[in-house]
Amino acid sequence: MVTINGKAEQAAGRSIAAWLEAAGYGGRMIAVEYNGEIISAAQYPQVILHDGDVVEIVCFMGGG
Amino acid sequence: MENNMEDCWELAGHKFHSRFILGSGKYSLKLIEAAVKDAGTEIVTLAVRRANTQDKENILDYIPKQVTLLPNTSGARNAEEAVRIARLARAMGCGDFVKIEIMRDSKYLLPDNSETIKATEILAKEGFVVLPYMYPDLNVARDLVSAGAAAVMPLAAPIGSNKGLATKEFIQILIDEIDLPIIVDAGIGAPSQACEAMEMGAAAIMANTALATAGNLPLMAAAFKEAIAAGRKAYLSGLGRVLVRGAEASDPLTGFLHD
Amino acid sequence: MTEAKEANSFLVDSARLSEKALERKHELENNPASRKSPLAYFPEMEQLDSTVEAEVLAEMEAYDYNRYTAIDVRRALDHTTCSQEDFKALLSPAAAPFLEEMARRARQETSRHFGNTVYLFTPLYIANYCENYCVYCGFNCYNDIQRLQLDEQQIEHEMQVIAESGMEEILILTGESKVKSSIEYIGKACQLARKYFRNVGLEIYPVNTEDYRYLHECGADYVTVFQETYDLEQYEKLHLLGHKRVFPYRFAAQERALRGGMRGVGFSALLGLADFRKDALATALHVWHLQRRYPWAEFSLSCPRLRPIVNNDKITPQGVGERELCQVLCAYRIFLPYVGITVSSRESAAFRNGIAKICATKISAGVSTGIGDHEEKYEGHQEGTHGDEQFEIADNRSIDTMYADMSSEGLQPVLNDYVYV
Repeated sequence: MVTINGKAEQAAGRSIAAWLEAAGYGGRMIAVEYNGEIISAAQYPQVILHDGDVVEIVCFMGGG
Repeated sequence: MENNMEDCWELAGHKFHSRFILGSGKYSLKLIEAAVKDAGTEIVTLAVRRANTQDKENILDYIPKQVTLLPNTSGARNAEEAVRIARLARAMGCGDFVKIEIMRDSKYLLPDNSETIKATEILAKEGFVVLPYMYPDLNVARDLVSAGAAAVMPLAAPIGSNKGLATKEFIQILIDEIDLPIIVDAGIGAPSQACEAMEMGAAAIMANTALATAGNLPLMAAAFKEAIAAGRKAYLSGLGRVLVRGAEASDPLTGFLHD
Repeated sequence: MTEAKEANSFLVDSARLSEKALERKHELENNPASRKSPLAYFPEMEQLDSTVEAEVLAEMEAYDYNRYTAIDVRRALDHTTCSQEDFKALLSPAAAPFLEEMARRARQETSRHFGNTVYLFTPLYIANYCENYCVYCGFNCYNDIQRLQLDEQQIEHEMQVIAESGMEEILILTGESKVKSSIEYIGKACQLARKYFRNVGLEIYPVNTEDYRYLHECGADYVTVFQETYDLEQYEKLHLLGHKRVFPYRFAAQERALRGGMRGVGFSALLGLADFRKDALATALHVWHLQRRYPWAEFSLSCPRLRPIVNNDKITPQGVGERELCQVLCAYRIFLPYVGITVSSRESAAFRNGIAKICATKISAGVSTGIGDHEEKYEGHQEGTHGDEQFEIADNRSIDTMYADMSSEGLQPVLNDYVYV
């Protein structure tokens, strides 16, 4: 299992790009932290998710 | 100051004409565009949050492209978390600006000055344009300058309180002593208060709740815009005198001079 | 607005100078090409990476005091805090008719920051050897005066005499000769002074940060360096020879002293050497800029005017009358309410009494600018040889008289409120 934004997901074996696309993040302005490291969009297709990985996906929202 | 001189201010080499920084929290996305327009703002703050795919709308679609985005680090409880949020914000590709906001207190939401200094130092070294939100303390402000801040953002009153310039004397000290722009942030609840802070010599005002809680948000944005411009003009024109109560009659002090 | 007075004639030849020395002296005086550049550092001089000098000099250059009108002065006096622009107006000729009002405002600021206290101190000159040729100074190396340097025993004796008078703060002065008055020698004097006084200040030649640190460890806590004039062109014409000729090294002395751990620093222009309004502006801005960089430090200003010296009793303070001096001091106080202001014994007793009620916070008493003659002055008996004085003093009141006079003016004399840390 891969922990993505705090939820356990069946994502092992897929690339980050593939998972994001499937989850509906395609084309959105986000940033991704993979096991505590920020990775660039160019790396999304190359990074393959493994069981135990932790992924955070963030975006902008209203704030002061 | 000539009347027709361009009156602009700078953050790390970026020039701005509007002195109104608009928060985008606590109101609907659909109002943002009107608020930005009627406020005449050139800088809008944003928060960074976990994404979810249920949100179909992207706040960035509502903010005109020429506006500078100022992500904040709200949610951070220490320097480390603020640094992490700032880096994530930059990874979204919307520039190097960041407003550091570190709260270790969830009741009053007062900023933690010492953690803010630490985060400022780290992020400034990484090339961020750092705008730290802080409790107005002169020594801390000096440390923020040394740490590489691009401006200092003292609070006027507890965040969201709309109570106005509760820390007026201390903000004045920062304006007088610190060579960076002083942006009064948090607690400004009405245009008159924004105007007063500008009369004191603040470089800019940041407001969010005052607008979000107004009956007519875009109209309030316009009111702030005018109040900030009026306060700025009053500052530039040099405020007139304030008479000290009571007269003083005594022998001349300079009677001893003889040439 | 500068009064047309005959310029001072500083140059005096002594019959005792050798022909060769006279030749060299005249060469320096008459041929600018024979003088070193006032910007060229000596090899041993430390250079700071500081922008203060450039900022102060640029503001001074740009200061056109004839541009200010009564309206500007009125506005400056109406403001609760005095901006740099306001200060420039208060220093301008347009402020002259507002002198009484400036004095009232200055008194308010003084009492807000210092109450009605006035600090008393005594200067102690321990040597008058000097390697510089500063044409207006009695100690200059070509002036034919009685030279003397006190040895440790003599220094201690002078200190005992002064301490017995009740004085707790001392200012140790030397002529500017590192060869004659070495850092070690001055350090020794500081160590001795620590035994007798609670606060030890220095007014010596400018030194490097490390030397200031050493002198601080020896017990000194306050360093005063007079820039004399901030007008480089004039500075070059007045300081013809020696280390003092190096304008920027002197300018950065206070900054080095603070970096060396000193608690406080003093500043001054010698009014009358150049355009006094510009010099007064530069002095205050020098303080203002350093205060922003070293906010923990203490700052003080002095405001001496030119005085007659041994072998030249014709020197006058060129257009700086008591009214102008009072205006400068009031403007300093209004612009820099937190700084100490020292008024020298060059001024008369009447002036010092009056100015202490307006803006001065520190006054010397029991003063001798000669070497080794406190005993004679304090106890009235003469013994041994003395070194000649740096300038003529105008107020020679003893500490007891000064204490009584200040009290009767309604002020509270303070000998010390100081903890050395």
